[in-house]
Amino acid sequence: MELLNEIWQTVQRNKLRTGLTGFAVAWGIFMLIVLLGAGNGLINAQLLQTNRFLSNSMVAFGGWTSKPYQGMKEGRMIQLQQRDIATTDKEFKGTIDEVGAQYRVSPLVSHGSQYLYPQVMGVYPNHIRIDKVDMTQGRFINTIDIREKRKVLVISEKQAKELEAKLGDNINLGNFSFKIVGIYKEQENGQPYIFSSYTAIKGIFGTNSSDAGNIEFTFHGLDTENDNEAFEKKYRKRLNANHMVHPEDEGAIWLWNRHMQNMQMNKAIGIMRMALWIVGLFTLLSGIVGVSNIMLITVKERTHEFGIRKAIGAKPWAILKLIITESIIITTFFGYIGMVLGVATCEYMDATIGHTKVDAGLFKASMFINPTVGIDICIEATMVMIIAGTIAGLIPALKAAKTRPIEALRAD
Amino acid sequence: MIHLENINKTYFGAQPLHVLKGINLDIEAGEFVSIMGASGSGKSTLLNILGILDNYDSGIYELAGTRIWNLSERKAAEYRNHMIGFIFQSFNLINFKTAVENVELPLFYQGVSRKKRHQLALEYLEKLGLLDWAEHYPNELSGGQKQRVAIARALITNPKIILADEPTGALDSKTSVEVMELLKNLNKEEHITQVIVTHDPGVAQQTNRIIRIKDGVIE
Repeated sequence: MELLNEIWQTVQRNKLRTGLTGFAVAWGIFMLIVLLGAGNGLINAQLLQTNRFLSNSMVAFGGWTSKPYQGMKEGRMIQLQQRDIATTDKEFKGTIDEVGAQYRVSPLVSHGSQYLYPQVMGVYPNHIRIDKVDMTQGRFINTIDIREKRKVLVISEKQAKELEAKLGDNINLGNFSFKIVGIYKEQENGQPYIFSSYTAIKGIFGTNSSDAGNIEFTFHGLDTENDNEAFEKKYRKRLNANHMVHPEDEGAIWLWNRHMQNMQMNKAIGIMRMALWIVGLFTLLSGIVGVSNIMLITVKERTHEFGIRKAIGAKPWAILKLIITESIIITTFFGYIGMVLGVATCEYMDATIGHTKVDAGLFKASMFINPTVGIDICIEATMVMIIAGTIAGLIPALKAAKTRPIEALRAD
Repeated sequence: MIHLENINKTYFGAQPLHVLKGINLDIEAGEFVSIMGASGSGKSTLLNILGILDNYDSGIYELAGTRIWNLSERKAAEYRNHMIGFIFQSFNLINFKTAVENVELPLFYQGVSRKKRHQLALEYLEKLGLLDWAEHYPNELSGGQKQRVAIARALITNPKIILADEPTGALDSKTSVEVMELLKNLNKEEHITQVIVTHDPGVAQQTNRIIRIKDGVIE
């Protein structure tokens, strides 16, 4: 209590200096928290994007050959065939779990007087796991739909509204009547698909083409980037052989490996996190330098006063305690203010830009999701600041405590 | 009270300076002594050694029967606090503390409770006729008042000895006389041992014994 009173007196005497020190401290903490919060917002938004897809999944598309092979020129268009699906299913059992396929068409979809031109995708039941379709009513495509080529549809809520259709209604795809068996919640970004059974769509709209659409499958056991690359190479070589394409040709079959993408994304996020921390810690460091600087000046300015105190009986420890306590109190108080302001700013960001969506015409995306920092990080940062402030105060304090009273009394 | 035997002190700078060359001095309890000498004679160094603010190279210094030699800063602070009261030429009051807070400070370092030391400080201020000025800051006081606050601060721990370094050096002649009267009365009525360093013969004249120091030795 006595000590606090002493400190209060000196703080009162030096409002500007105390204010400036406090500002340096508060600013350091504030910037760290806001920076990390903003970074988290960006990272969370990215994660949300990637979390839409099952990470252990891959999609294969047909492309164009990029190398001449067996007398055929490059630039030949490759379409995946039914036998590619069979190859994928049978020859890679060790790695690939469930194989499905996508076949896309865009027929006129109508219900009564309402109509739409959406993309209709014939899929296998595994699609719901790979692309995370969020069902709100009914069910997704099942194995019986595939086996019996049932004319069923799963449409998005928005489409249901636009078509004025509900679960169980029959709507027309071109000239065929399909039954709505499920309704899902569409993603914010991208045009929503209408899902149907692969066999029905392929059977109705793709009979005169050998194109089997895209192949999608889930897999397991590919833990490292090397594993993934090796598998991709092997798989590509095998499919290339189906189409008489050079084994090394990477243009004929396109692979979209979500797992690989995920790993790269995680790496990028890791780097970003680290960069944010480094910048944040340097900001914090500037606060610490501010504190130590001010403490040095304070001690120098008060040397004469310490001399008086020593002459009348202050022990070195009493002087040390006085300076250190002042340093701790200033950093704690202003560190706390900085922390509170930082958290408040993060919350403000969350409440404002955290909910805005970037509208790119084709899709909408949140740039910022939950741009906040855990309270543990906030407290840790403040603790670091306080400890650093103490050390910063300790050096000049030790110097002041050691100065002999006659030297101190001589100082002005 | 004070026993000095062959005290030597040399400052080691660019050129070693032998300031005190074997000082022998005894001051009894209740004495009112002045130390006179020209500047550079070593009188301030002697006072610093007496006040345990500085150490000496060789010799014996006993204060109230306690050998003062090679003390840690902690121990020195304790001895200063309990045995010595300082009066400085430039008062050396802490200017962001009120008169009463300045007087209290030595007791703060003794760990005396806030209430008790405040009470005691007010008593001493009253004794020196400054009760009405207790809550004033040093910059609101005249030179004589400041020095009286400093005297109260020196007295409050009930020290063995008061050491005054040019106590009237910063005061006009009228207040100088007042302050000297005060110190003289403290000696006469309360038998407080005092050592006053001065170069003012007028001040020295009022003490009971004058010690003249020249070139580091007592004449």
